[in-house]
Formats: sequence, structure tokens, C-alpha cells
Amino acid sequence: MTEPLIALDHVSMVFRTRRGGVRAMDDVSLSLEAGEVLCLVGESGSGKTTTGKIVAGLLKPTSGSVRFRGQDIWQMDKAQFKAYRRAVQIVHQDPYASLNPIHTVFTILAAPLQRHGMVRSRAEAVRRVVELLETVDLTPPESFLFKYPHQLSGGQRQRVSIARALTVNPELIVADEATSMVDVSIRVSLLNTLQRLRDELGVGFLFITHDLAIAKYFAWHGRIAVMYLGRVVEFSPTPALINDPQHPYTRALLAAIPEPDPDLTRRKGKLQLRSLDIPSLLHIPPGCSFHPRCPLFEAGLCDVQRPDLVPIDEKRLVACHVVARERTGTIAKHMASPVGISSNPMIGADRGEYGKESS
Amino acid sequence: MTAWQRSSTSNGNPAPVLSVRNLEVRYFTRAGTVQAVRDVSFDLRPGESIALIGESGCGKTTLGLALLRLLPKGARIVDGEIRYRRRDGQVIDVLQLDQEEIRRFRWQECAMVFQGALNALNPVLRIWDQMLDTARAHAALSRDEVRERSERLLRMVQLEPERVLNAYPHELSGGMRQRVMIAMSLLLDPQIIIYDEPTTALDILTQRAIIEVLRSLREQLDFSMLFISHDLPLAAELADRVATMYAGKIIEVGDVREIFYNPRHPYTLGLIKAVPPIVGELYDISSIPGTPPNLIEPPPGCSFHPRCPYARERCAREMPPLYEVGALHTSACHYWQEVKLERQVVETGD
Repeated sequence: MTEPLIALDHVSMVFRTRRGGVRAMDDVSLSLEAGEVLCLVGESGSGKTTTGKIVAGLLKPTSGSVRFRGQDIWQMDKAQFKAYRRAVQIVHQDPYASLNPIHTVFTILAAPLQRHGMVRSRAEAVRRVVELLETVDLTPPESFLFKYPHQLSGGQRQRVSIARALTVNPELIVADEATSMVDVSIRVSLLNTLQRLRDELGVGFLFITHDLAIAKYFAWHGRIAVMYLGRVVEFSPTPALINDPQHPYTRALLAAIPEPDPDLTRRKGKLQLRSLDIPSLLHIPPGCSFHPRCPLFEAGLCDVQRPDLVPIDEKRLVACHVVARERTGTIAKHMASPVGISSNPMIGADRGEYGKESS
Repeated sequence: MTAWQRSSTSNGNPAPVLSVRNLEVRYFTRAGTVQAVRDVSFDLRPGESIALIGESGCGKTTLGLALLRLLPKGARIVDGEIRYRRRDGQVIDVLQLDQEEIRRFRWQECAMVFQGALNALNPVLRIWDQMLDTARAHAALSRDEVRERSERLLRMVQLEPERVLNAYPHELSGGMRQRVMIAMSLLLDPQIIIYDEPTTALDILTQRAIIEVLRSLREQLDFSMLFISHDLPLAAELADRVATMYAGKIIEVGDVREIFYNPRHPYTLGLIKAVPPIVGELYDISSIPGTPPNLIEPPPGCSFHPRCPYARERCAREMPPLYEVGALHTSACHYWQEVKLERQVVETGD
């Protein structure tokens, strides 16, 4: 049995602040196969960026383990860790902040090539950089080589960031809101470029976004994990999640999103939440953290017991007592223990069932 | 003037509350003169909601600021008319108002909620003091009147007045602050409210709350709304009419259903095809090639022609006027008859 490319196992991340610990991630288990597309969707404060940083090895979790091809990244030796960091690259949200303004595109892209000994001469570096620029559709490459970031548009800068991530031939790109800062007309071509990288180079993606429309488009053949206050509340293949959401939070989100279609959007059934406001991460509600807002709330259950992320059918996982009971006849909490140490349904023996849909 | 009067009374519609004609705004910069708003004309009718859509740099915010004469230094209205009809029927020329008159015009007649309204509140003043300041700066209202109005409006935007009025801005969430700004914009009972990106940078559920608040306010109160957004779905939710802006010009105007189901300008069409619906099948989405033009030297002819799949030789030469393409639907495209929206389903749900 091959190990998944990346596996988070019961990962929690607590940031210390003067006002107390902020639990940005709470017991998150996820796994990603090579070449897979996984979208993390959630509102601000849901922990999706933290999850991205944990996957990329930029943060060390407070508890739980992060494994790369089965090996705990925080127990690796230097060489292994370097190889892992090379295999997993991150593209940040803000293309204005992530490129050094005093370096040309060539310098920005050649530096990692030289640093990692992937080119031996300047001529070779130029050849490789030109190739990379073509890969991210910055053509003709000659006209971009010696430009500075300020001479490029937001979309072009983001392409340079992507090219930089590609310099070291990564197996996984963590794209954190990589398309949110560019205009709609440009966003689509950026997404298409990313999609082509996946198809042609077999690069996997952990795609982090608050925009379900983008998630739907980018991860149609992959899966979406919905996060709320540091926890994954639903994890399903994209078509099922979009068109048959199970968790009340996912349902509320999908019902709330305005559609670019006046008739459709005005007749969309809205889900009435019990409260408009997201609780603070400093005071996460007990039990299910969504219970103060949830329309399915049951006193004595949801505010007491924390629901685990459990399978409701062969492909979908939901962390909701009420939905789990209706779909499987059992309360979520009680499902967890019999599965024992491999209670993370994302990894281990039954992984195949939840594996990617198609490629 | 005569042309304007004729258009306001024709076709049986109530006289517009705001009439903009041939508005031209320029930024004078060291790099050159930026033609930020070019020959913009439109009417806003009583109770109507118009969405002004377009991408960053198309001039939509500049247009909003120009309507209130709030343009930054270096920018000037160089031509055109802005006519406003007061509740008593008197028509005033906004460009002729003196400093004192324009101060009262703002908020009392026409309020604007800026993008990044979250930062528009003074961090060291309680909400109540800001409400009072705003009211006093623009109108003669007693303390009790302001209190009573503030409480009523805050309740309308689903906030608890007692709690919010005593709070400092940092004690409120982004969505709450946005609702405070909306309540504040209505404080002096203006006829027009301009919202610049009212839901941008808010989470989905908060956005939904703002949309519902704006919708219910429009049902309860009598005001017209001009909202500026890059977000097409928001326009689909809230607009009666939609105007698309590109390179400083309004290039298409029509009823919201007309614009979304039957767009007749290639740019509007491109925007719609770039934003797929969430629910249902996976539709093909496509981008608009190229980038928006430089407004110091906009392309000759139709400014969209370098990016337009329908463009022909004529488009680079001749600037298209706004053609009548349907009932109350105009499009600035020579070849509007050929422009047609067709959505391609890539794959169905399962």
C-alpha cells in the first residue's frame, strides 16, 4: 500500500496571544494523493490558511503529525526536510507582497534554480526560466525576463509567483487564495493555467479559497473540505458537495451565495441561521462549534458533544450529530471509537473509498 | 438643458431623481491626463436601484465620487451636467452648488458609503457620537431626534441599538460595522444612496446579511440606490437596472434580466461568462483576453476593440454610440446583433 503524498493526522494548532490561546486548527485530519486537487473552503478565521502553512511545513503543529510519503516531516533529517520543502511549494495571496521589488523576473526565478543546483550555468538558467515563463503563459518570455514586479499587472505577478513555485519541480502546490486578488476576467485564465499544470505536469493542489464558485470550477474532479472555526465540517467530492451539501453550515453557505443570475438568485431558498455572528476563536462554543447558529440544533446533544467527522456514505464525511443520525442511524460521536487508532477515515485501510474520483 | 428636460419626461417614467449628462472626469497626473470618466449619461429614477459594474480601473468609483463632488485633488469634472430633483420637485444643478450647499446635499440628499467602510468609522468615538456628529454636520436635528432615528435605523439593519450605540468600532465585527454605516447613510433620509462595493471583503454569510438588509430597507424606506461593484452576483441580487462600465464609459445599460440573459455588449458578455453559477452543472467559463486599456491614451474607436472577439476594422476607427438594442436596453457595440450569450455545460452533476 502506498502512502498518501501528504497526511495530516489529528493536527491542532494553537497560537499564543496575550488574550489567551487561539485554536486556529482543531483536530484536523486530511490526506492528499499525488496529483490530487483538494480545495479548502471556509470563511475568514476558519483555519484554512493555517492548514495550508502546516501542509507546506511553514508552521509546526501544536499537536498531531504531518507526514510526507508516510514520514513525519518534523522528525526528518536536514536532507529529507529539504527534499520535502522542495516537493511542496506555496503560492501566496498577494502578488504585490510576495515578489521582491528590487529583483527582475529573471533573478526571482533563477535564484531557486541555482540554490537547489538545478542549473549549472547562466545560459542554462536562462533557458529554464524562459521555459517556466512559457509554462505559466507569460509570452513572449523575452519581454518579461528583465522586468521588475512593479512593471507587471497583478495577474502577471501571480503568474511569476506560480513560475517560482514550479522552479523546483514540486509535487504539490499550496495555493492560498492565489486568484482572489485579480479581476474576474483575468482570474479565469489564471485558473486555466493552474489546471493545465495539474493535467500536464501532474502537480497536485491544495487550493485554499473562500469562493465556492472558484472551488467548484477548479476542483470539479477533486474534493472540497469545508472548514469552520478550525475544524473540517464536511469533506466530499466536489459535485456532491456543491449540489447535495450535508452539513448545515455548508448548506447555509451554498444557500447564501449570490448567483450571477437574477431569477435563480432571487428564488434561491435561504437558510435561516439562529445567529448572524461568527463566534470569536478565543471563545469557541462547546460541543459542535456551529451550534449557536445552527438551524438543526438539538439542546443537550450539539452543545455538549463534539461531533467527529464521520462517513455518511462511501464518499462523504460530515461532522454533524443530526445529519449523521439521519443518514446512518448513529450519533457521530459513537462512530469514532470502534474505528480505533485509524479513526481518521482519510488515511489507512479504507482510503481507497475516499480517494480521488478521477484524474 | 432642453435635451435633458425632454428625456426626463418622455416614455412615461417618473422624472428621474438624478440625471447625469455627458460627464467627463479627468485626473491630471505627471504621466498625463487620465480620462477616468468619459461621456457618461444616465438617469436614476425614484426608488430604483442601479448597479454600476466593471473591473478595477474602469472609472466606476470616480464616477460615484464625482456625483457628490468628492473627487480627490488632481481630479476635475471638466464637462457635463449632474441634475438632482429634490423631494419638493425643484431641480438643482449639483455642479453649481456652493460649499455650504454641497455640504448639505451630501448626506441629506445623497449619501455615500465608501468601499472599506470598515475603516470609515472613527476608532476613538463611540458609534452614538459618530451618529450625532454626522447628523449635526449636515442638518439641524435635535439630540433626541438623532437618538430616535439612530435607534430605529439600527433596528432596521438588525442591530441592537443599546449595545451598538455605546460601542467603539473595534468592538463590532466587520459585518456589524458595515450595517452601522448603512444605518448612518440613511440617517438624514436621503433620496439617493451610493454604495461602493458594499459587500466586498465580507464573508459569505455576512454578505448575505447585508444583501437582505439592503433589500428590506428598500421595501420599507423610499430611496434610490446606485451601487458600484465588480461583483456580478451582487448586481443580480439587488439591481433593477445594470450599467456596465469599461475604460471610463458606460457601454451597456439595461434591465437586470436583459443584461444577464441577453447581454448585447461583448464586454458584458465576457464578464458574465467569467462568473459561473454555483449550483448545478459545471459550465464552461472563459476569460477576456488582454488587459484593460491605459486611460491616458485610450484606444481609438471602441476602447474594447483590442480585446474583443467580435471586433472588425470599423471598431478601431469609429467610436460606437449607445445603440437602442431592446426595450430600455442600450449597447455601445457596432455589432451588437451578433453578440449572444450561450452557456456550455461541461459536465453534469454526477
